[in-house]
Amino acid sequence: MNIETNLKTLIVKNPLKLDCGKTIKDFPIAYETYGSLNSQKDNAILVFHALTGDQYVSGTNPVTKKDGWWSYAVGPGKAIDTNKYFVICSNVIGGCMGSYGPSDLDNENGNIQGTNFPVITINDMVNAQYNLLDHFGIDKLFSVAGGSMGGMQVLQFISNFPDKSKTVIPIATTSSHSAQNIAFNELGRQAIMADSNWKEGDYSSNNSNPGKGLAVARMAAHITYLSQKGLQEKFGRKLQEREDLKFGFDADFQIESYLRYQGSVFVDRFDANSYLYITRAMDYFDLAKQFNGNLSDAFKLTKAKFFIISFTSDWLYPTQENKDIVIALNSIGADVGFVEIESDKGHDSFLLDVPDFLNALKNFLDKSYEEN
Amino acid sequence: MKNEFNVIADLIEKDKKVLDVGCADGILMKFLKDNKNTNIRGLEISKEKVQECVAKGLTVIEGNAEKDLKQFPDKSFDYVVLSQTLQAFLNPELVLNELLRVGKKAIITIPNFGYWKVRLHLLFKGTMPITKTLPDEWHNTPNLHMCTIKDFVHFVNSRNIKIFKSIALNKLNASLINERNLGIKNLSADLGIFLIEK
Repeated sequence: MNIETNLKTLIVKNPLKLDCGKTIKDFPIAYETYGSLNSQKDNAILVFHALTGDQYVSGTNPVTKKDGWWSYAVGPGKAIDTNKYFVICSNVIGGCMGSYGPSDLDNENGNIQGTNFPVITINDMVNAQYNLLDHFGIDKLFSVAGGSMGGMQVLQFISNFPDKSKTVIPIATTSSHSAQNIAFNELGRQAIMADSNWKEGDYSSNNSNPGKGLAVARMAAHITYLSQKGLQEKFGRKLQEREDLKFGFDADFQIESYLRYQGSVFVDRFDANSYLYITRAMDYFDLAKQFNGNLSDAFKLTKAKFFIISFTSDWLYPTQENKDIVIALNSIGADVGFVEIESDKGHDSFLLDVPDFLNALKNFLDKSYEEN
Repeated sequence: MKNEFNVIADLIEKDKKVLDVGCADGILMKFLKDNKNTNIRGLEISKEKVQECVAKGLTVIEGNAEKDLKQFPDKSFDYVVLSQTLQAFLNPELVLNELLRVGKKAIITIPNFGYWKVRLHLLFKGTMPITKTLPDEWHNTPNLHMCTIKDFVHFVNSRNIKIFKSIALNKLNASLINERNLGIKNLSADLGIFLIEK
């Protein structure tokens, strides 16, 4: 990974006991911030990224040279207005953008950890990121927000730290990873591990890279982020730079070419082992199970104001799974609002220019901040 | 509309927890929040209306009263308000039972089909009545189960629902309904407002 040298990193001194039983300490968390923290320190929003995201929420990502992953939502004058709010986002542990992950060296033997890296969970990610609050001297965040796996971290955060955020915004997410989603993640992992260049996770020291496997994993996952209607409208049966079918296995269709492109650019910025670890963390996520099957208990200590958002065409984290969180909150009388946004952009809607979504997000944040 | 809100607000004590079912764009919610300091939530089926509520800083859940009230525990609100919507449900009795389960008390307002203008409209024009509170035509009205104030009173009495207060509203005039004046109020009011409990 080609990471800039001016990467902002917090070295966490406190030992962190992971769910797998192992304890880590003196590990790095790479983060980025946008906007400025006010003197009362009450305008901070901790944003959590999704599976393949990173700390570069807005502006230009220095690694990919593309817009930050949530540029539609975060920035000056945007829904999460950085003229007003101080936005913090960090790379999850297990990731490959500077936070402690499988491509880091083992302190004891100096080898790249690969699959010797401990299996981490959403809970571990959140506990690691909590150190950022102390780092910035923030007693209470104004909000925690994130979509997809970011939403899982939002839910875990407020469960672990019930009085550490005034508002809570889980988007297009779930409280418990479904069989379908575990299945898709397993498909991705198997694609990586089936690549002979994976070498049991020890590809770096063998100077190889399971790029083909990782690209296939990305291609499969990418389909799940879109909707049938969206795909049909964008691509249909359009052919790729050709007049007719070629009777071969080249990319005849635009959709094939598009997926191949998505796979190839992903390989340039993402580590295969990180993909294994992060998808595993998602699969292990079951917040209700942490509370003996009662999801409401995860939230009973918090007085935070929740706003849950889902999308009509999201079949990966469908409205019903988001509504289950609303129901759990209502059953304990928590302060919760919910809206399902009409969009045919599938699960990816939360990352895209969907005005109804961005307006709802902006209005909720700004009105809640006024009430402060 | 405003007068209906004033009457509803008068029925609600300060600092209570209130659920507005079918809260539309949240005008009543805002009114109660500002005037009665209520901890107020809304349930609304229309995405556009939910957006308008969010823009007003109101806590609203997008949902359907016939399906989504069941997620609220028994007596989890001091009051549940249903303004001019009961007649639009497929199964008003089911919704009414849910309102009375979720709320310690319920405030129901109904457009009165016994209002004299409604009666005259049907009698003389021979077409479905159109009034201020019933503005739609027969083919596009959301109202499936129109009733009169008298119908509603008979209905709740037959279901052992306790009526604390019944108010007849005619434009700006609000007056109490009792057993003796029920016939008259059923003629003179275009809106009935009931504070009930089960």
